[in-house]
Formats: sequence, structure tokens, C-alpha cells
Amino acid sequence: MARKEKTKSNLLAKCRGWIQAGATLLTNIHLPNFLKGEIYKGKGKTVCVPGLNCYSCPAASGACPIGSFQAIVGSSKFKFSYYITGFLILLGVLFGRFICGFLCPFGWFQELLHKIPTKKFSTKKLKPLTYVKYFVLLFFVVLLPILVVNDVGMGDPFFCKYLCPQGVLEGAIPLSAVNAGIRSALGVLFSWKLTILLIVIALSVLFYRPFCKWICPLGALYALLNKVSLFQMKVDKNKCISCGKCAYACKMDVDVTKAPNHTECIRCGMCVKACPTNAISYRYGFGDGKQNCKLNKEMENKKDEKTN
Amino acid sequence: MKMSNSKKIVVQVVLLVVGVAMLFYGIYRGEAAAVLSKAIKLCLECVGIG
Repeated sequence: MARKEKTKSNLLAKCRGWIQAGATLLTNIHLPNFLKGEIYKGKGKTVCVPGLNCYSCPAASGACPIGSFQAIVGSSKFKFSYYITGFLILLGVLFGRFICGFLCPFGWFQELLHKIPTKKFSTKKLKPLTYVKYFVLLFFVVLLPILVVNDVGMGDPFFCKYLCPQGVLEGAIPLSAVNAGIRSALGVLFSWKLTILLIVIALSVLFYRPFCKWICPLGALYALLNKVSLFQMKVDKNKCISCGKCAYACKMDVDVTKAPNHTECIRCGMCVKACPTNAISYRYGFGDGKQNCKLNKEMENKKDEKTN
Repeated sequence: MKMSNSKKIVVQVVLLVVGVAMLFYGIYRGEAAAVLSKAIKLCLECVGIG
């Protein structure tokens, strides 16, 4: 049974690139709109997509959860979005940061950039920057759109307007390429956002997923729910030989043996592939699982015996 | 700090129930329609027009 589960985990980790490509395609299924220079206007956009994907992308099949949240809280009618918050809590508990690792188009974009053969840099010494994304979530996504309002009580979507590079990558660039009206309307704000996009692109070549690690408010929200998500990492302590290969392989700077469901773990499965003893696998379900509980109790008993 | 297994299950179930309840309450008060009306128009802030 354990052998079979391990095979499934390895297979999932190995197929990740294809799953990311498929998820990006499904998130942006209306491809002919790129040529028309207009966005999809169907009812599919009532539902949010799980990853960071601009709803002004011509091909976008759903709404962006971060953009939608800001649109609702920044409107004069509503001051909080139960719909988006509930949706994100549900997704966060069901999948956690598996969404970042497998389903987010912008995460995949950064990973593809990181494959460009250049010198790569570690982000281990930049760990304090991982807290910036919580600040972005709190201030740019929640507080500023609620508190900074115009005469009719409407707030700007501050994150989308000033920070998010997805709008330029998926919206402004393809739309302005075929639509002269949009091209002529681009100004200083576009230049600012294009600069952010270019910085993110340059950093992504050098560092692994810098936007996900440091800036993404959606990643921050899923990170908060990662410890209680049903999709989790499992480490069999009887099989683990403490070789450290998993921690070395992890590009999100997580030691899975110490914190299997760390806030920064995007379930990418690099540790699963690196483990020489098949001690690491994926697990889906409530709690820690019967096997894990039994093992933990055994380990605690062993510790007690040693101390006595 | 590690959460006990039973406590973790309780937190997961409570969050799932809260998530579903919030989702349906949001739909009930018309947020889904507001999301649709925003998403089918070009987001000027997102693309950098302002």
C-alpha cells in the first residue's frame, strides 16, 4: 500500500509541468480573443480561478480572485466580500499552496523563466522578505481599497493598479498589440507597471519564483491555510535517514522533515523526487492520517523512554 | 508549535463550513453578479490605463 502511494506521489511530482501547462490553458481557454483584441464576456466570469490570472487577459475564462475581492470591497454597495473570502478559504483548506505549485499561471511563468540557463542565486538569506506578501495582502488588497475612497465611496484596486504585473503581461501587452485605442491610452501608470513586470522577469531568471515568495497576496492567503490544508506532505520518519537531500532540493527553502506543511511549501514535489528512501509523499485527507499519528506516538514514547 | 490531530480535524471542518457559508451568503447578497459585471469589462487599473 505504501509503495503504491509513493508511486502516485512521484508520478504527480513528475507530471507537474504538464499539469501547470494544462491549468494555464484552462484558465485562459478563449485563445481566439487574443486576435480579436477583446476580452471574454460570458457568465463563466462569475466564478474565480484559483491562481493569479488577470481577468483583463483576452483569453481569461474566469475572474481573478484578488481583483474581484478589491472590486467588491472598493464598491460603494459592499464593504466586504463574503463570496471571495469564502471561496478562498475553501480552496485554501482543500488544496493549500498546491494551487501555487500546480495551478497558478503566473507561478508557471516564473518557473519557465528560471529555466533560462544563467547563474542562479539562493533566497535562503532573504527569508525575512517572505513576510512582505502578508503586508501586501493586508494593506494593498484589504485596507487601502476599503479606507481610501472617493466622493461616492469607491476605492481603487490598489494591488491591481500599482503592483500586479499580471495585468500588463496578460492584459495590456496583448490587447495593445492589436487594439490601437488601448495602445494610445497607455501612459505613466502602464510604464510603472511594465517596469515592475520587467523587474519580476529579471529576478525570476536569477531566483526561483520571487513574486510568489515575496509579493503575491494570493500566495500569502493560501500560505496561512497551508498548515490545515487537506492536501499535505507526509514524511515517514521510519524511512527517513536524515540525509538532507530534500532540504537541499527545495527551492522554496523549506526543510520538509522539520515542517512538512510549512507556509512556504508549494507542494512542488522536488523533495519527493530527491528522497532516496521514498520517505516523503503527498497525502490528502483530514488530520494527520492514522499512520502519521501512530508514528508520532511511537516517536514520543521512544523519547520518553530515553529521558527516563 | 504542532497542532494535535483531533484539533487539526476540528479546524479543517470548521473552516470548510465557514468557507461554504460565506460563499453562499456572498452569492445571496448579490456579490457574484457584482464580480461578473466587473470581470466582463476591461479593468483599466489592471492594464495600466488608470
